[in-house]
Amino acid sequence: MSDVTLNAAATVPEAAPRSAPLTEVGLVGWARANLFSGWISTAVTLVLAYFIIRWAIGFVDWAFVNAVWSVPNNQTQACRDARGVGACWAVITEKHRFILFGTYPYEEHWRPALCVLLFVALYVVSAMRRFWRPSLALVWVGVLTLIGLLMWGGVLGMPYVPQERWGGLVITLILATFGLAFAFPLAIVVALGRRSNLPAIKAICVIYVELIRGVPLISLLFMASVMFPLFLPEGMNVDKLLRAQIAIILFAGAYLAEVVRGGLQALPKGQYEAADALGLSYWHKTGFIILPQALRLVIPPLVNTFIGFFKDTSLVLIIGIFDLLTAGKTAIIEPAWQGFGVEVYLTVGAIYFVFCFAMSKYSQSLEAELNRHRVR
Amino acid sequence: MPHFGLFLKRALGAAALGCAMLAPGLAQAQPAPAAASNTFDAVRSRGQLICGVNTGLAGFAQPDSQGVWKGFDSDYCRAIAAAIFGDPSKVRYVPTTAQVRFTALQSGEIDVLSRNTTWTLSRDTVLGLDFAATTFYDGQGFMVKASLGVKSAKELDGATICVQPGTTTEQNLTDWSRANRVRFTPVVIERLEELVSAYIAGRCDAYTTDISGLAATRSAQPKPDDHLILPEVISKEPLAVGVRQGDARFADVVRWTHYLLLSAEEFGITQANVAQMAANDPRPEVQRILGKNGELGKMLGLDNLWAVNVIKAVGNYGEIFARNLTPIGIQRGPNALWTTPGGLQYSPPFR
Repeated sequence: MSDVTLNAAATVPEAAPRSAPLTEVGLVGWARANLFSGWISTAVTLVLAYFIIRWAIGFVDWAFVNAVWSVPNNQTQACRDARGVGACWAVITEKHRFILFGTYPYEEHWRPALCVLLFVALYVVSAMRRFWRPSLALVWVGVLTLIGLLMWGGVLGMPYVPQERWGGLVITLILATFGLAFAFPLAIVVALGRRSNLPAIKAICVIYVELIRGVPLISLLFMASVMFPLFLPEGMNVDKLLRAQIAIILFAGAYLAEVVRGGLQALPKGQYEAADALGLSYWHKTGFIILPQALRLVIPPLVNTFIGFFKDTSLVLIIGIFDLLTAGKTAIIEPAWQGFGVEVYLTVGAIYFVFCFAMSKYSQSLEAELNRHRVR
Repeated sequence: MPHFGLFLKRALGAAALGCAMLAPGLAQAQPAPAAASNTFDAVRSRGQLICGVNTGLAGFAQPDSQGVWKGFDSDYCRAIAAAIFGDPSKVRYVPTTAQVRFTALQSGEIDVLSRNTTWTLSRDTVLGLDFAATTFYDGQGFMVKASLGVKSAKELDGATICVQPGTTTEQNLTDWSRANRVRFTPVVIERLEELVSAYIAGRCDAYTTDISGLAATRSAQPKPDDHLILPEVISKEPLAVGVRQGDARFADVVRWTHYLLLSAEEFGITQANVAQMAANDPRPEVQRILGKNGELGKMLGLDNLWAVNVIKAVGNYGEIFARNLTPIGIQRGPNALWTTPGGLQYSPPFR
């Protein structure tokens, strides 16, 4: 909108002190310029508006007006009668705790609930720049330990809960958070190693990245869950979740490493040479000159990869771990609740959307803030 | 490291297996490393049975709204735990997918696989597992809309049939149509939910999968009578409980727990009357089963009151069936006791 005013001022210089006519600025001006600029445009706008409004009314009718919000004791007849005209949110009312926490013991649900809140609080705190100092790493270690304690229990009077019983949203958050928290440092090391002059280190990094990128995540998860246990001695079992977690870390690490390498290569050679000229050591050069600039350059692809991995965690369903999506699918297996997939998928989709959209919005603001010096 | 040699041997064996896995087809030809220790003792000392179940199959194994595992297969886990510990809650359920179920058993991640798994020769021999007992006799069938007027699968010549890809279901269908000279057009859809809605929407004339699955789908429809399950059963799918190979003692416990459930139904022992029957039923076999006479429990390495504990925990076979499978519309059919015509469930004598 500011563009419109500027242009108007430029074309009619003597009119500059007066504000532009109301029909040229604001909502009306925007609508005239973009929606009703000619008769074809007007016709398209009207037709599309008609469809959008009809669809919106239909959706509101389905989702709110005719919806069934709760049913007594798994008697889903009311829901089945409303099929096609109204949503059955009763399935969410009944199953929301299963979708969020999976098969975690029912009376202990406050523990994973608290963990979800801790995760969100951790994200929020980490997102604020004023908390960006070395002690933040300690906060991460502390909070992640606390989450582990809460989930496993066995101390402070909390009963022990084995990993097979964990599930739902908290599994998605655990896999995504731990995965990216470990994969990101790994990725930086690998990216630096791939540009190293030492042939052995370079070869190892290249092999790692190419091997991992050469196979789909599903096959890595299968290796972790099917082949790996056969290599272990009798009676020794590495937790299934941990195996999946390591597979995800390795996979995410390889992809993030390539993103970081993109940033390293985008930096002008002069930056490296200037740092060398100042007599900085390799680690000083990398830590103070190269990485801060390189990482700033690659924020959009980094967040892109983060969002992708947040959603990729749902692949663990193939090895029998109940993440958010799998818990949602499992919730509608019970015969009484079969056929209400749309409601459950919408809910699960909304949860994924909240997290992914928040990441995306945050990265945009971060990018704008960090690249302020480039905008003139 | 007294077990280092063993470990090395196992690791090498596993490495060989790993290599074999790279060549499809060879993977199954490599026998899994035999379990070195006795599962029964391991379960005992752990104090918990680890039971591999389906990740979710209506009526057989699915978590309810509170996350508690319910269903026919889960009840078998409960029954085995009750037999060993006298407490049905000493079970850890591990959800397993079709792909990882056998490895989970081979690697010792689970003790027993109670996951609607079909007993076949190749699985019994080269996969390194033993099937203890057939808990449910299933078979592949067809469902059509009643309005179609078809009474037999042989009349399906020229029909379109909805089927899931890559399963034995698809192969059975092809085999059967070739043998019976019935030509059909397959409509292949991966996800079960979409497959069912395609059938309901009329994209195909018939829908084929295991009869238990057909019955479950049928009962979930608004008007079940509009759909007809045809009488032909084109494959045998005996769903059995699996244990690791070479572990005869544990297999015995699992097998006789199943027979106990059958015998209890045969003699009319139920969850409600088991205590009273244990005290004063005059029939000798009932007295032997319930531990009033003889030491059958001890012979299995269990408590002599194991049978009372199992029936108290889950009821008899008929009760387990009625609780889990009857509500989703599955008939007893071949799973009736042998005393009923057409019934296949038969227990050897308890003596």
